[in-house]
Amino acid sequence: MPGIYSVFIINKSGGLIFNKDFLRPSNLNLNDTLRLASIWHSLHAIAAQLAPNPGCTGIDALYADTFTLHCFQTLTGTKFLMVVDPNTPDIDTILRTMVYELYNNYVLKNPFYEVEMPVRCELFDTNLAASVALLHRRWGVITADR
Amino acid sequence: MVVHNIYVFDREGVCLYYHEWLRPKPVRDGAGTQSDDQKMMFGLFFSLKTFAAAMDPKSKSNAQLGAPLRIGENCSFYSFRASNYKLHFYETLSGLKIVLNTDENANDLRELMHYIYASIYVEYVTKNPLNEPGKPFNYDTFTSALNKHLRLIGQL
Repeated sequence: MPGIYSVFIINKSGGLIFNKDFLRPSNLNLNDTLRLASIWHSLHAIAAQLAPNPGCTGIDALYADTFTLHCFQTLTGTKFLMVVDPNTPDIDTILRTMVYELYNNYVLKNPFYEVEMPVRCELFDTNLAASVALLHRRWGVITADR
Repeated sequence: MVVHNIYVFDREGVCLYYHEWLRPKPVRDGAGTQSDDQKMMFGLFFSLKTFAAAMDPKSKSNAQLGAPLRIGENCSFYSFRASNYKLHFYETLSGLKIVLNTDENANDLRELMHYIYASIYVEYVTKNPLNEPGKPFNYDTFTSALNKHLRLIGQL
């Protein structure tokens, strides 16, 4: 059953600046989430260093038994992570177009937002939740109404 | 599909076997020395396993980031795709870990990894009476069986 479990945004120093869970509440507290984001940032860099081919820019997708994690890294070093169910289609496109566009429009263009700081933009939250809800409706995913 | 290299580690982290077929980027530019490269590889997938177990959205218990993981109990990753390679990971219940690097267009190679363990490693290494567990090995029979199988499925 396709579904998006959570979205994270990591700044270029490895700190978590945004996280949001959909479908079900996460069983991690905020401290652990912050730690996981930094762990991911380091592993992304180590994987690029260990690559057998030159010119590797890091991990794009991690396939696990119960979920898949997709990572989109912008040229400025900001990473967008999306934890999804393994049967979810088109996540790369969704990350690059939907989430990145919302980030640009509601976070970067917000004159009061300082770059690399935690994202506290209400419009980004509501629009992201609305877009994810739309995708879930399109895929026929039953969500608990919050 | 291009196969780059293969590592076999035991549960202690000792690299028992390493073989490379095609590695355009030399180890010097990456980790430095061969043994550093192997240690880094072990650290990478060990941390990725911890990461996957903690991130698992379907785990019943509250995730414990620092707690030691038991093999076979938690959600583990089986592959990751980077921009120009794909790493496949297979862990047996005895703690033996097999890592295979291929090009990024490879599909799900879990069956191949299982075959490498069950029909090549077990046959040529575990059943070898002169094999010392925990020590690196380099048997021609193992390497040639591996090459033969990969050539058979068209990967080499």
